[in-house]
Parts: sequence; structure tokens; C-alpha cells
Amino acid sequence: MRVNVEVNGEQRTEDNVWEGESLLSLLRDRLGLPGAKNACEQGECGSCTVYLDGVPVCACLVAAGQAEGRSVRTVEGLADGDALHPVQQAFVEAGAVQCGFCTPGLLVATHDLLSRVSHPSDGEIREALAGNLCRCTGYEHILDAVRLAATRGGGRRDQEWRSPDRAGRPGAGAPRDTGDPECER
Amino acid sequence: MTTGLTRPDGPAKLTGTAHYAADADTSDALAAALVTTTVPNGRLTALHTADAEAAPGVVRVLTRADLPPLGELSTPPLGFPVPPLLEDTVHHEGEPIAVVLAETWEQARHAATLVRAEYADVTPAVPFGQAEDVVPHGGLVFGETDESKGDVTAGLAAADVSVTATYTTADRHHSPIEPHATLARWDGDQLVLHSSVQSVLFAQAALAALFGVPPENVRVFCPFVGGGFGCKGFVWPHIPLAAAAARVTGRPVKLVLTRAQMFTLAGHQPATRQTVSLGATSDGRLTALRHTSSNASAQLGDYCENTPHGSTWMYASPAIETSTRIQRLHRPGPTPMRSPHEGPGMFALESAMDELAHELGMDPVELRLRNEPEVDPLTGEPFSSRKLVECLREGARRFGWSERNPEIGSMRDGHELIGWGMAAATMDSPRSPSSARLRIDHTGHVVVETGMQEIGTGLPAMVQAVAAETLGCPPEDVAVRHGDSDFPPHTGTFGSMSTMGLGSAVRAAAESALEKLGAEPGDPLAGALAEAGLTELESEGRWSPEGGGMTRGRTGGYSIHTYGSIFVEVRVDPDLGLLRMSRAVGVYAGGRILNPLAARSQMIGGITWGYGQAVLEQSVFEPNLGRFLSKNLAGYIVPVNADIGEIDVSFVDDDDRVASAIGAKGIGELGAVGVSAAIANAVFHATGRRVRDLPIRIHHLLP
Amino acid sequence: MIPFDYQRAEDTRSAVATVTARPGAAFLGAGTNLVDHLKLGVAAPDLLVDVSHLPFDMIEPLAGGGVRIGATVRNSDLAVDPVIRQRYPMVSAALLSGASGQLRNVATTAGNLMQRTRCPYFQDVTTPCNKRRPGSGCSALEGYHRDHAILGASRHCVAVHPSDLAVALTALGAVVQVEGVKGARSIPIIDLYRLPDDAPQHDTVLEHGELITAVDLPALPMATRSTYRKVRDRASYAFALVSVAAAVDVERGTVRDVRVALGGVAHKPWRARRAEEALRGAPATDDAFRAAAEAELAGARPLRDNAFKVPMARNTIVATLRELTRREEP
Repeated sequence: MRVNVEVNGEQRTEDNVWEGESLLSLLRDRLGLPGAKNACEQGECGSCTVYLDGVPVCACLVAAGQAEGRSVRTVEGLADGDALHPVQQAFVEAGAVQCGFCTPGLLVATHDLLSRVSHPSDGEIREALAGNLCRCTGYEHILDAVRLAATRGGGRRDQEWRSPDRAGRPGAGAPRDTGDPECER
Repeated sequence: MTTGLTRPDGPAKLTGTAHYAADADTSDALAAALVTTTVPNGRLTALHTADAEAAPGVVRVLTRADLPPLGELSTPPLGFPVPPLLEDTVHHEGEPIAVVLAETWEQARHAATLVRAEYADVTPAVPFGQAEDVVPHGGLVFGETDESKGDVTAGLAAADVSVTATYTTADRHHSPIEPHATLARWDGDQLVLHSSVQSVLFAQAALAALFGVPPENVRVFCPFVGGGFGCKGFVWPHIPLAAAAARVTGRPVKLVLTRAQMFTLAGHQPATRQTVSLGATSDGRLTALRHTSSNASAQLGDYCENTPHGSTWMYASPAIETSTRIQRLHRPGPTPMRSPHEGPGMFALESAMDELAHELGMDPVELRLRNEPEVDPLTGEPFSSRKLVECLREGARRFGWSERNPEIGSMRDGHELIGWGMAAATMDSPRSPSSARLRIDHTGHVVVETGMQEIGTGLPAMVQAVAAETLGCPPEDVAVRHGDSDFPPHTGTFGSMSTMGLGSAVRAAAESALEKLGAEPGDPLAGALAEAGLTELESEGRWSPEGGGMTRGRTGGYSIHTYGSIFVEVRVDPDLGLLRMSRAVGVYAGGRILNPLAARSQMIGGITWGYGQAVLEQSVFEPNLGRFLSKNLAGYIVPVNADIGEIDVSFVDDDDRVASAIGAKGIGELGAVGVSAAIANAVFHATGRRVRDLPIRIHHLLP
Repeated sequence: MIPFDYQRAEDTRSAVATVTARPGAAFLGAGTNLVDHLKLGVAAPDLLVDVSHLPFDMIEPLAGGGVRIGATVRNSDLAVDPVIRQRYPMVSAALLSGASGQLRNVATTAGNLMQRTRCPYFQDVTTPCNKRRPGSGCSALEGYHRDHAILGASRHCVAVHPSDLAVALTALGAVVQVEGVKGARSIPIIDLYRLPDDAPQHDTVLEHGELITAVDLPALPMATRSTYRKVRDRASYAFALVSVAAAVDVERGTVRDVRVALGGVAHKPWRARRAEEALRGAPATDDAFRAAAEAELAGARPLRDNAFKVPMARNTIVATLRELTRREEP
């Protein structure tokens, strides 16, 4: 099948895509964007997190055909040329980058969190990033990085980029899912 | 926030441009998928591949008959001693029996499900604990299986107080986020390999030996590893299989293990069963220490988890006795996993020390202080440096240990029970050779090249720092190139050895450069080159421990180890049995700390890793099927961000010039040691329940 | 992944007709469970009809005071909807306790209800499993079953239903709206799910080709005082060992009405009717909560290695009701 998809602002068309391929394979093996990683294959680790129509998803669980006509933004599309995005800058400064394999997914998830909640609480950060496993287990420095990015307005710069109104709802400014840090109480 | 060196590999990793093995350009490569056994033993009697061969996109299905002859090789560098696909005998579930090659990965994986295998003589798998304990042999036995001094039986008989208890640890899988991946490409008899490995040197040597070509014909690239924790240390079957498939088909082949295959084809930390006996006088001085252990191992290729090893140097005792055995079972081959040996071993020793302190009515920190040895208690040799006492005292201070009410269940926060527990930590300090090449150009720019892989620990920043420190130039003037077997060899990024070996080698290379230039540290390098009439200068540095090869911690008349203390606060919901670690303080002595930011990251990661060992991680071995059951990251749960409370990490001053030329020791695995014991001890303090089996799960703590 | 055709549904009628006519066809929502099953070989449809774009993405008031949740409303959007948060907080809490942000962002209401068990044998096609391959046997019965059912299981299947949302909806008494080739029908959610009996391959009573279009929540004023509590090994992002959805109406220390449903204990979300019965008119005390929980769990038949779930369920019911009744009046 043919898949048309906008990736990092560029319209791409790929032919002869097998229906059984995932969006992740499409990005990595066909479109030359290996930033999103193949890791757990079933949405457990978040290493393949990309924006799909403005919301972070696990690309490994999206069938390629489901991406038809939609827009995707990957870690490769976060920086502005050579200038790192404030979220990226905060990650390296805070020592939140270790082996780097979970990093692309974490950056997209953090980028999204800060675009919704400019100053998340620690509980919100931990819960919002629960879907991103880091096996170097540097969660404390990841937390530092998100806090640092927040103080620098890491989320503001990109708000206009997000699709403000997905399928008619919820509208811009509506409350967003940041997980439930209190769910265990 | 800590300040420290930021890593030179950061920007590439942050922008998705750091290329891992599976990211190598594969536009002309075939995708490979392995077909594996579904039974734990017996014989493979037939393989039916026609359906797979007819599936969309499939180019070929390789079975044993299709493989080129492969040479013989030992473990290590092999992870498991059975040549891939080459025997009828089934050694474990999940063992490769065929390779499907297709145009895309999904097509290869789909076709792999269509290969049908027939087996005979399959019998129920014997679980760990029900086979005979035997003395292990071979390359994966890291040290003595039996060590002793003095008369432990007499020491126990003479003790005022003694404790004996049995502790178990679970089968655990490394589960790096990056699965194993290999891209192999032959050009005549030259092999190029992009592979996620913790040692390009091992991979190069192994592939050369297996394919009967000289090592220089094999070039291995691995600049970045997406986490290894030991499972990429040795050469596992998929690597030669990818190379063999590329050789047979004449096309590059990319083989990425599935997450499930990561549970059977890349090692694991085997379950252990340990018994510790401690005897002490009423004032808390040890009279005897016995630590025995057995671990689950594979049918072929013994792997010994030497859990009692740390017990031989930890505490002053006139009598010490350790032994370690294995059970040969039909299960995948184990391999070292962060932190091998002392990781599971110190859970037992440090739990037993807590039990002894409780029996004595003594503060557990005080008990450890009273048994601090002046020299290695087993050998009588001096310690290269040992700052355990400083770690214990500083840890207690930072944690606020003096506020602890020792009475069980005495500390509460509303409904929750609070427990404070502690443990000491130690790791052996194995060391191995390393080398680096350093080049300075006419602008004063420095390039260091080494075969090392960046695996997350921040080695490029370390190389940059050591080169800059030695040359007296700004770190940003130093570029680091790594992960290519054409660069000067580095043994491997495992065993917490890299900083010592590579740091010392880089220092030697930089000193050699200064010497060639007749320059002093801090002299402008461009000027020094101009003065010497050079446009470029190259120097090499090598370092190896005494004897020239890989050594363990007891070498050259010294006892070389790292130390630490870990204090934790746990909270237990007494109705629901929920256990969470709200606070941890770790204080470590690991030689000179070259990069505080990276070192802190390592230790924080280690404590979190230890939390996983303590509370979450367990690969269930399904006895009826004879296999690990939940081979995915939903069934094998590792810590998530939300699990982790406040972690305070610090280092005491330490500088060990015996261990390395730069005063550093390896700390990569130290942080994960002792955490599980500290948590179990804290759980006892909170609830009065002594949990001796890891992981401590909710059902242990329900009322 | 087996080869299959992919179609994006044009409208409900044609989607239902297409899937009904083709035995190997399946509806595709967000795919967070189905795409995983395609990879694992657990599901092998020859046609996927993508219904995630059908116009069921609204949350609307119903005439009788209830609320209709469209089938394709994303879990994230549902969880933060102001009406849901205010009137049915247990729904919000249940959703947010499940999966991760990335999955909730795409997962649909109907897809959440239709997700399948996480029993490790069900997910591993090389093992016997009656739910996946009827008649092959239940590996969990004598194997690993710590996470499995204590209520309503059969010797054919001891799996549990994984959805958190479904537990909350069961407590509320929600009604599922379904479209089929024979027309529309309404199914109370309590009747949507089946116990395994001798046909564990059927999770629900839906027929092949029937499509969930909406879930109706009743006007239930007491649900403003409701919550969802999930007990799991990991602090986040793990399936429930036991979960409790509860709503309670207390007047002067006496329980006037109560709703309790349990997750993680049975093949279906378990409405705790015996506990509810025992509680109506009882004092809002720990003793009464405990007695009610024990009444419900008297029928528990734990397996060799999951007996801990009985006290865990009991204590979670007590803790949840205690928390709800000690809150100030809404």
C-alpha cells in the first residue's frame, strides 16, 4: 500500500509498504529517521515515542496504514537547526543522558508534558514519564532535567505547533491528561 | 543541581543522530529473524521450512546444512559454548534452529513463525533446587569456588550469639532498552560488523576465530551501546549467525533480536540460594563467617555466580569459609549482570549482619564498624584503599540515622509504617588492559581514539577530562572517537574496569605526547607543535594491570575493592502490603572521581537498579514448560520513574594509585550492591517481617 | 505479523457489514492491544477495518441525566473531561491508573473495553491456552497464576480481564451501545462480559461484526463520591493485582447506597453485589466494610499461588470505602 504522511513538517510518500509494518518501521527503515528506537515492541518502554497529530504515541503500536494522512514529529524534528531545544539542552546539562537509547522517546514525552503543564510537580513528572523506561535507571537526573527545562520555559516555545483541537475536542486550554500521581495515595 | 562535565556524546544522543547498531544504513540488507526451540531438552528431529520460504518477502531460510563450517571457540569470548544451529541436542528453550531472511523485518519475523520443528525425547525440565550441586568449571567461573581460613565450626561454637539463615535471589534479565542487533557485511574475506557489544575486541577475536580469518580482516563498529549491563559482554549466537547468513547469501544481513529472544539468547543473572552463618561475641565481634551458595546454571557451559566472594574481605573474622556450587539445568546460559557476584551475595551477607545486630541488640552500623579489618581478612594483604568506615559514618550522618528508633514498627507516618534500614556495599575491582591513540594538530586540537564503546557511563567525557587534565588544555579542545576495532584496543566496557584502564592509557598517551614535544602541562599545544616544527603529533598510551592481562581485585600483593554504604527509608501500607522506597542515601568510596556528574548518574542508576532487584525483578521460570515465562517488559517489570523517591548520592575522598595511574577505581556496578539488603532490613524494621527471598513482593507483606 | 488487508472505515454501516461478512476480519481501534497481538501471532485477522476515525468522539449529556461516551473518545480525553471528573471521578481515576500517557493518548473507549487478558500463556502462541486455542488446555491452572482469578473461574480458564475502565463502568452500571447488521442493541456492561465457563475464547457476548458505538453512564448522583484504587507491584504502569471501584452515599453515618466492583480477580469486571447488599443500611465503619468484603469473597476459590489476593481484595475494599466515607460531604 501507499502511505502519505507528514514527517517533521515535510510531506513524505512511501510505496509498497506492507500492511504488517508499524509506523516505527516506516520511520526507521524507509524514511531514514532512526531516532525513535525499536526496543520492547509492545508499548511498554516508550523508546519509540513520537508525536502523531500532536500527541505522543508509541510508534511500535501504530500500524503504518493508520498514519495515512496524518502528521508525525520525531526527535529529529525537535531541534531548530543546530540549536538544541531547551528540553534537549536541559537533558544534557542535568546528566539525564546515559546510554541514550531511551532519550529520544523521553525527550518527546517531556516536550509534550511541558507544553501542557509549564511547571509540573515532581509527582506529575514521574507519572507523566512512567511510560518511558530508562534501564540505566537515571530517573533522578531525568527529573532534574525536566525541572530545569521547565524553569527555562521549555514547553512554551512550541505551543503553537501542537494541534490545538484534535477531532473537535478537547479544545485548546482544556485540562490534559498528566497521569494520576495520587492514584496510589 | 550537580555541576560537572557534560558529555560530548550528548548532542548526538539528543537529536537522534547517535547511531546504534540497528541504526546502520540497511537499504541493501536482508532482514534476519531467528527461529528458536520451544522445548527445553530432547532432540530436534525435523524442521519444515516450506511455508516460511513461500511467505511474502522471504529470500531464504537457513538451517544447519546451509551454514559454513565454523571454528571451535571457548567461553568467553563466546557467551554460550554451543555453536549456533549445529547440534540436534536441545540445550534450552529459545535456542536458534533456523534463520529466516527476508526483505523487511516484519516479513522475516512473520515467516519465522511458519517454520515448524519436531522434537523427540523431551522430558520435564528439572527446576533449580532439585538438581545436584556440583563444582563449576570453565571460563565463566570467575575465581575460586572454595576459600577458607581458620576453623569456622569452632568459631561458631565459641560464639555468644550466632545466626544462620538461607536467602534466595531471583532469575533476573538485564533487559537493556536496546535489544541486541548486528549488521554483517562481507567483502571477499573481509567482514564488517555493526553490532551492539560491550567489547569490539571480543567480537573481532571471536568472529575471526569462528570464520577462520585473521583478526585484521574483521572490523567491528560499535560507538554506542543502548545499555548492556553485562548481556552484551560476550559473543552470543546471533552475531556469528548474522555473519554466516551474510556470507551464504552474499548480501548484508541485519539481525535484531526480538524482546523475547533477549530472554534466552543473551544471558541472565541466575537464581541463587545462599546460606550465611555468623557467630559473634556479645560485644559484636565476629568469631566466624560461613557463606555458601548455589546457582542455577545451564546444561553446557558452567556459569558460577560467586556470591560469597565479597564475604571473604568484608569483615574481620578469625574464621571464614565460602563455597559456591552450581546446578546444571536445561535453561539458557547465564552471564554476569550488573552487579554480578557481590550483587546477589551482599543481599545475603548484609541481611545476615542485620539479623545478627538484631540478636545482639546492637545498632547495625555499629556492628559493621566493630568488624572493620585492618588488612584483607582472608589473605592478610593490605588494602589498596578502603574507606568503608568513612562511608558508613557519612551515610549515617546524611541520612539522620541517629534519629532511628530501633524498635520494630515504632516509626509511623499516619497510616504508613516507616522502616529505616542500611547495608554496606562492596565490589571487587577487576582490571584489564586498555590503550588509546592521541593526535594533536597544528591548531592544538586533540583527538583521542580508542576501541571503547560508550555504553551510557560517560567514558568519552572521562577520556576528554583525563586528556585535558594531563595536557593542561580545555576539555572542549579534545575530541574522542571510539567504538571501532581499528582503533587501539580496549578490553571491554564491563566489570567496572574501563575508567581505570582507559583513563590510565589516555594519561600515558598524553604524557608521551608532552614528552615528545618537550612541553609542560598547560603549555599552548599549537605553539608547542610549531616550536617542534611539527604539523601533527601522534602518541599512543597503553595500560595494563600487573601481569599484563585481566586481573581480579586481589593482585600484586594488594586487596583492591570499592566500598559504600546505603541507607534507605521504606514505607509500607500495613493493610495492602504496598512497599515503596521513599528515600535513599548512598555514600561511596571508589577512588578518585573524575566526573562527578557522570559518577552520580551511575550511582543513582545503581540504587534504582538495586531497588528493582529488591522489589520488582523476577523472571518466572515455568516448570511445566521449562522456560522463562513472560519474555517481555510487561511480564518482567523493571522500575519506572514513579517508583523512585529521593536519592542522595555522595562520595568520600579517595585516591587509589595502586588500582590505577589516575587514582580512579571502577564504580559502574557498586551502586546496585547492598540496596536489596538495606530494603529488606528496613522492611524488618517497619513490619517485623524478615523477608529472605527476593524480590520482596506485596504478598510477602500482606497481613 | 501475518499479512492482512487494511481498510479505513467509511461509516458504521459499511464497517459492520464488511466485518460481519468476513469471518477473518476485525475492527481496529487505536491498535494498542491488537497491533501487539498481530506481532505476537495471538490475533491473525485477514482484514483490519480501522474504525478509530468514525464520528463517535463526543461526550454528550443524555436525556435522563446520564452521559454518553462515544466509542472513539480517547482515554486521555475522557479522563480529563470536566463532566466526567466532577460526576464520575472513579472513571477518571481508573483511566489514569492504566497504561501510560502514550497509550492513553490513542486508546479508545471501546478499544479499552475490548482489550484481552494479559495472561502470559494467552500471549505466547507456543503454549496451550483455551482462550487462544479452544481445547488446548489451560497452562495457568497448574502453572504460573499469581496474577490470575479468584472468583468465577473455570477449569478451562483462570485469566482475568485487564481493563481498569471496565471496572469503573461496571460499578456505575453503564450500558454499552452496539451496532450490528441486525440493528442496534443496548447491553448492560455487567452482561457484556462473560465468565469463562467452557468457552473462554469469548470474552464478551458480542457477535462477530458487532461494533461498540458508545457507552452510556446512568445519572447516578452518588457517583460524585467515587474513586478507583489499584494495587500493583510497580508504582505506575502495571496491571492490577486487585482493584476496586466504589461509590458510596452516606447519610449520618449510615450507608444509604453503594456501588463496588473489583478488577484483577475474575474473567470479567466483578460487580460486588453481595458486598453492596450487606452494606446498604449498615453503619459506615471499618467493621461493616470488612464484613461486606468478606461476604463477597466467601465465594473466592483461589489457586495454589494466588490466595494472597483474597485478603488483598478484602483490605482494598475496606481501604477504599474508608477513604470515600471519611471525605467531607461533596
